[in-house]
Amino acid sequence: MAYVEVKHLSVAIGDGSLIVDDVSLELEAGQVLGVVGESGSGKSTLALAMLAYARRGAQITGGQVLVGGIDMLQLTGRPLRLARNGTVAYVPQDPATALNPKLSIKRQISEVLTEPLSQRPPIVAAALASVGLPTKPEFLRRRPGALSGGQQQRVALAMAIAPGPGLLVLDEPTTGLDVTTQARVLELVAKLCRERQMAAIYISHDLAVVADVADKIAVMYGGQFVEIGTAEQVTTAPRHPYSRALIDAVPSVRRRLRLGAIPGRAAGLMPQRQGCVFYERCTLAQERCGVDDIGVQLMPDGAQVRCVLTSEPPAAPRVIVDEADPAAGASESALLVKNLAAGYSHHRVLHDVSLTVGPGECVALVGESGSGKTTLARCLIGLHPRQAGEVLVFGDELAPLARQRTAEQRRDIQYIFQNPYASLNPRRTVGDSIAVAVKFLGGASGPAVQAEVAAALERVELPAALAQRYPAELSGGQRQRAAIARALVCHPKVLLCDEVTSALDVSVQASVIELLRGLLEEGLSMLFVTHNLAVVRSIAHRATVLEKGRIVESAPVERLFAAPEHPYTQELLANTLELAAAAGQ
Amino acid sequence: MTELTLAPVDAPGAEPGADARGKRLGPWARRLGSLVAQAVVTLLLVSALVFFATQALPGDVARLILGKTATPERLAVLREQLGLDRPVLVQYWDWLSGVLRGDFGESLANHEPVTSLIGERLVNSLSLALAAMVIIIPVSLLVGVVAATHRDSWFDKAFLGLSMVINALPDFIIGTLLIALFATNVTHLLPPVSIIPVGDTPWQHLTAMILPVATLATSGVFYLGRLVRASFIDVTNSEYVEMATLKGLSRRVITYRHALPNALAAAIPAASLVAAFTIGGVVVVEYVFNYPGIGMLLVESLGNQNLPVIQALVLIVAVSYFFFNRLADAFERR
Repeated sequence: MAYVEVKHLSVAIGDGSLIVDDVSLELEAGQVLGVVGESGSGKSTLALAMLAYARRGAQITGGQVLVGGIDMLQLTGRPLRLARNGTVAYVPQDPATALNPKLSIKRQISEVLTEPLSQRPPIVAAALASVGLPTKPEFLRRRPGALSGGQQQRVALAMAIAPGPGLLVLDEPTTGLDVTTQARVLELVAKLCRERQMAAIYISHDLAVVADVADKIAVMYGGQFVEIGTAEQVTTAPRHPYSRALIDAVPSVRRRLRLGAIPGRAAGLMPQRQGCVFYERCTLAQERCGVDDIGVQLMPDGAQVRCVLTSEPPAAPRVIVDEADPAAGASESALLVKNLAAGYSHHRVLHDVSLTVGPGECVALVGESGSGKTTLARCLIGLHPRQAGEVLVFGDELAPLARQRTAEQRRDIQYIFQNPYASLNPRRTVGDSIAVAVKFLGGASGPAVQAEVAAALERVELPAALAQRYPAELSGGQRQRAAIARALVCHPKVLLCDEVTSALDVSVQASVIELLRGLLEEGLSMLFVTHNLAVVRSIAHRATVLEKGRIVESAPVERLFAAPEHPYTQELLANTLELAAAAGQ
Repeated sequence: MTELTLAPVDAPGAEPGADARGKRLGPWARRLGSLVAQAVVTLLLVSALVFFATQALPGDVARLILGKTATPERLAVLREQLGLDRPVLVQYWDWLSGVLRGDFGESLANHEPVTSLIGERLVNSLSLALAAMVIIIPVSLLVGVVAATHRDSWFDKAFLGLSMVINALPDFIIGTLLIALFATNVTHLLPPVSIIPVGDTPWQHLTAMILPVATLATSGVFYLGRLVRASFIDVTNSEYVEMATLKGLSRRVITYRHALPNALAAAIPAASLVAAFTIGGVVVVEYVFNYPGIGMLLVESLGNQNLPVIQALVLIVAVSYFFFNRLADAFERR
């Protein structure tokens, strides 16, 4: 019998809709199972159910979670509490909010131990040492607020492994981290599982991340495991159309690929469901898929698939996009930045930054968190004062702050924010939010405004009826499209995209990238701020690498990725995860 | 609310040399310096406002003292004696320099120094406010946490419903209701009027204090308790409390170690504001119970236009408001 066995696990909300629907899995000690799926697929609910926990409003309605032969779901009271730290441990998605801001690290780690107080310090120290953190008393006394994001995630890991659990459940533990930190955390997880013979369930929306760390991969959709198999099988020869679609959405650093967006939106929750959960978005759906109960098929190699197809879905060949730079040889710059410097009171963040974006060109601004890339973008749009330098749009010099610029200058350069969940006013309809941009900057007035709004929505491929909706009614991808429409409605010449895909799932990212690619082809110029090199490869013509506020390398992407010159660029590239299938191996 | 009074010393880049000086002095000294500067500017403004507002009260002080039959000559002499014929700015300066030396002038009614007139009354009022706060803070903490941990229980619902009613009632109605319940119409357990002989402290007459303190405490507890409840619920919905559950900690540890300190951080600034409100509430409550504190004195002095007393009392209340507001801000920033 496997160390971890989950049998027919279900979690439902009040009306009977299943968030986790009949999930079964087996996992040996020391093995890592990766669970991938889009937001809303039920993967976090599954993670919590492994600890016999459900959030308010949800309830575990059936099944077994056997860990070391004990059913977690049968435990209550003190035995359950002991099992939660001793047997199954949880690593949260965002340690910044999951660690208690008022308690010291030492206290938060040592309180999970059941040993007498005097025996705890060496265990705490050992746990910290094994995640590569200092064990000095000064460090132990710190509160989470005094740590970096990577350190906080390591503290959360130390807290989980300190009591020596048999199963580790990690819920998107690297989503908020930059690539270098992510790579280190992933390496650490793999090492800890190997050394301590711990089983782990690693949850992520990013297939490339999961493929890097997992032995087995389960693809989750609509609360079900639609496919489960070895990491190699799922990433190279996926059998479920949804797995195929997820892989086609993953960008590569090696080639400039067209990214496959999955049409439609994730399956909603319904009390009564008929047929396959993926039926509405499946390109290979047959008539019976919408009616019949789709059972699990066991494949000869041990993989399990919930699909009527008996053969692998045909892999649509990945389209490689032309990399020719439309701005090559252009004499004019759409955006020209000369010797820009900026900072916060005592602390200078940007030093002597110069860059240029040609007409119709996409230039990527790459760097880790803290490198100053967002500050640069905010200087360009006029939200942050600059201390020196010039900014020109098609030869027209822009004043440092937005309020000093003319309406026309402000229309010319538009900004798209990182987080579409925060950048749209929740109390305004999407149409109103877009209309404000036109009205305020004097692009149109009266009835022409509505026409402009409709045209902008059409350009981002959103139905015109969406103008009447509020942001909360939209999916993440739709919100980011609405935010892009708000920028486009001003007919800008230059778009500043600040990490526009980093808050989105990989499949939604694909659709946003393809939308931006279409805008580039229409002649828009773009500065694309990101820490994700695979995204850079997918869309940018040239890339500029920023380290500690200075430009360290600037080159056409083809050259930069083939032969990075600066050590910092090399390190960034080495830490970027690549899905073998996307790389075309 | 004191943000409005922020002195310009805080404005970034107001002085080119500010940064360098700040660095040399260290952040603590700089913070303290700016706090003191703010306090001085705010209190100067307050004192000017108090002085000119009370000067603007209708009525002629000299006529009030001498009565309607006074001759114009005698009125003029008295005005000169009182300094009322001098320019108002000079009068303000005299008053302010007196205040800075601890001299608030003389009462117009009996020529007693204002400081000695106020002294004992102030002790009475502070005793009242202190006793009320000593009850308000622990009780609202307890009630708020119990209501939050037993969310949607009958206790929680009763607390919320009742607090809605109590918060809508002015203090003097609560006081009158308590008098009706405990001192006149329903029972006669407690005295309806709080008589404290001159020379005694209120602690020697505890029964006289019960009803006034209860009035202040009732409105305070239902206000602060609601805030504690809300912030405790916020904290229990946080991810770190969920994490504490997933770590297998006991309910007790989660409530007292993980949730409470964070809930308190949000509630302490509110408690300082409640303290400020209580000082203001004292004035009204004293009047209802005829309690010999600064509130009663203020009402009397307003009645006979006793300007020096009014000015001193309003300044004291304003300063205590300022102090508790700053305290609330300081806690909030931590």
